[in-house]
Amino acid sequence: MAVDRSKRRFLVAMSSAVGGIAAVGAAIPFVASMTPSARALAAGAPVEVDLSQIEPGMMLTVEWRGKPVWVVNRTPEMLAGLAKHDDRLVDAASEQNQQPDYAKNPNRSIKQQYLVAVGICTHLGCSPTFRKEIGPADLGADWPGGFFCPCHGSRFDLAARVFSGSPAPTNLVIPPHHYVSDVRLLIGEDAKA
Amino acid sequence: MQNLLNWIDARFPLTASYKAHLSEYFAPKNFNFWYYFGSLALMVLVLQIVTGIFLTMHYKPDAAYAFASVEYIMRDVPLGWLIRYMHSTGASMFFVVVYLHMMRGLLYGSYRKPRELIWIFGMLIFLMLMAEAFMGYLLPWGQMSYWGAQVIINLFSAVPFIGEDLSTLIRGDFVVGDATLNRFFAFHVIALPLVLVGLVAAHLIALHEVGSNNPDGVEIKKNKDPVTHQPLDGIPFHPYYTVKDILGVVVFLIVFASIMFFAPEMGGYFLEANNFIPADPMKTPEHIAPVWYFTPYYAILRAVPPIFGSQFPGVVAMGVAVVIFFLLPWLDKSPVKSIRYRGSKYKIALALFVVSFIGLGILGILPATELYTWIARVLSLIYFAFFLLMPWYTKNDSYQAEPDRVNF
Repeated sequence: MAVDRSKRRFLVAMSSAVGGIAAVGAAIPFVASMTPSARALAAGAPVEVDLSQIEPGMMLTVEWRGKPVWVVNRTPEMLAGLAKHDDRLVDAASEQNQQPDYAKNPNRSIKQQYLVAVGICTHLGCSPTFRKEIGPADLGADWPGGFFCPCHGSRFDLAARVFSGSPAPTNLVIPPHHYVSDVRLLIGEDAKA
Repeated sequence: MQNLLNWIDARFPLTASYKAHLSEYFAPKNFNFWYYFGSLALMVLVLQIVTGIFLTMHYKPDAAYAFASVEYIMRDVPLGWLIRYMHSTGASMFFVVVYLHMMRGLLYGSYRKPRELIWIFGMLIFLMLMAEAFMGYLLPWGQMSYWGAQVIINLFSAVPFIGEDLSTLIRGDFVVGDATLNRFFAFHVIALPLVLVGLVAAHLIALHEVGSNNPDGVEIKKNKDPVTHQPLDGIPFHPYYTVKDILGVVVFLIVFASIMFFAPEMGGYFLEANNFIPADPMKTPEHIAPVWYFTPYYAILRAVPPIFGSQFPGVVAMGVAVVIFFLLPWLDKSPVKSIRYRGSKYKIALALFVVSFIGLGILGILPATELYTWIARVLSLIYFAFFLLMPWYTKNDSYQAEPDRVNF
């Protein structure tokens, strides 16, 4: 009797398909084990900051989800300077979704005075340095004060907006945050409705 | 003794394997200097595995202890510093040897038919080696380990749509942390070495199937002795090339030991100064540069400007710069293999490619100023042109006829 090859091919195809599905299923626990653990997720809890300890013009760095988050107490002069270089910015109006809606304004803040931003460069994840002085020798006379990334030279202003010509494609991220009271800030959580 | 051998041979092809791969494996008689690097790469692989095993006896893959355990190896473990310097020098020397080994392939057309699979296995080894080196570099948990890993893992987040989730999956956390260190350790000491050893075996099996190329690019199997059926231009690998390779090993080890004992940090190129500072997620070092063997690709990454607000094109360019080597066997259309019989077009192209590769390597170490970025862009174009224009310039080149028999 002749061998029925089509039946054999069908059986091979079916068992290969079923075996393939089983292999995908078996991969699930291994891939799942590589995602952030419950401990890593718990470490992402919100952080509270006492604003009274930040003098005008100074910056405080706190850790949230293992990342540096900057809180800058901007002086009136700093705030006034922010509007003067819109033409040199990539995204002056914060059109790109790099901040919660309540920080989508030219100052990128809830209270104008305080900038809250994740201090991780949107280029490749280095942490830029706070360079508030105006026109220092190494950054050029037109430097209005802001953040300079030492890794690849990205430049950001005091509202964490990126200057054009930087390797970083977008403004720095503004994390979810809200004010618990006048002097207490909670980073990592939106205000409850 | 003969009885024992007979007993084994009846159960395991010991004598047959010895003959097939050593005493009766016929290699072309005209191997030159460039043919040392394959056996040297194998030796360095063994060295890395052995020193690595001994390092894991003292190293702790825990973010809280990793840096201190490396310093413990350096200071308190008897001769631990020597084993660690063997391993760190071995890592850099591995790339020296492998880059020269690949250069040999480019010079003599060793990737050409029928050796395409040898080349592909070799390129897979190269990719695994890069992953192995990258993951190993995180383990000392110094500043450069940490921020280097941060930069490279963030490359994955530039992938559209799935990028953020992908990089979180690689890290096992929202930032490079203990979870990342622990899994990189697992990959570095067990997963990748297993794959590497398997690929090296496949590389050698494929090589011994088709036989070695040589500086003349002539197939020695075409001219066989009518009586013995052995290639007329071939000599048994053992003892002729074992003796030659041992000489290479001796010279190599002199260089190796000189670096290991007198300049293990190699002026900051083998072990970077910033890596003697424990990892600090809150503070980025002033200047981040990868270890020297990654700098050509890093320079290509930096040379590509963001397009539509995305880093992705640069990441793709860097990936393609590595992967494009896989296509060489099909890009090269010349009728001859060896550079000895190729025309001036290929020679110029190869010379420009070597200049661009070394130039990019130097630029990848330096900070990215405007001028350097432009030079890097020009060199990147040359780098890619070498591959993409290859079908054209190898087809329209002037050639000399290959000889029938090998010369020296």
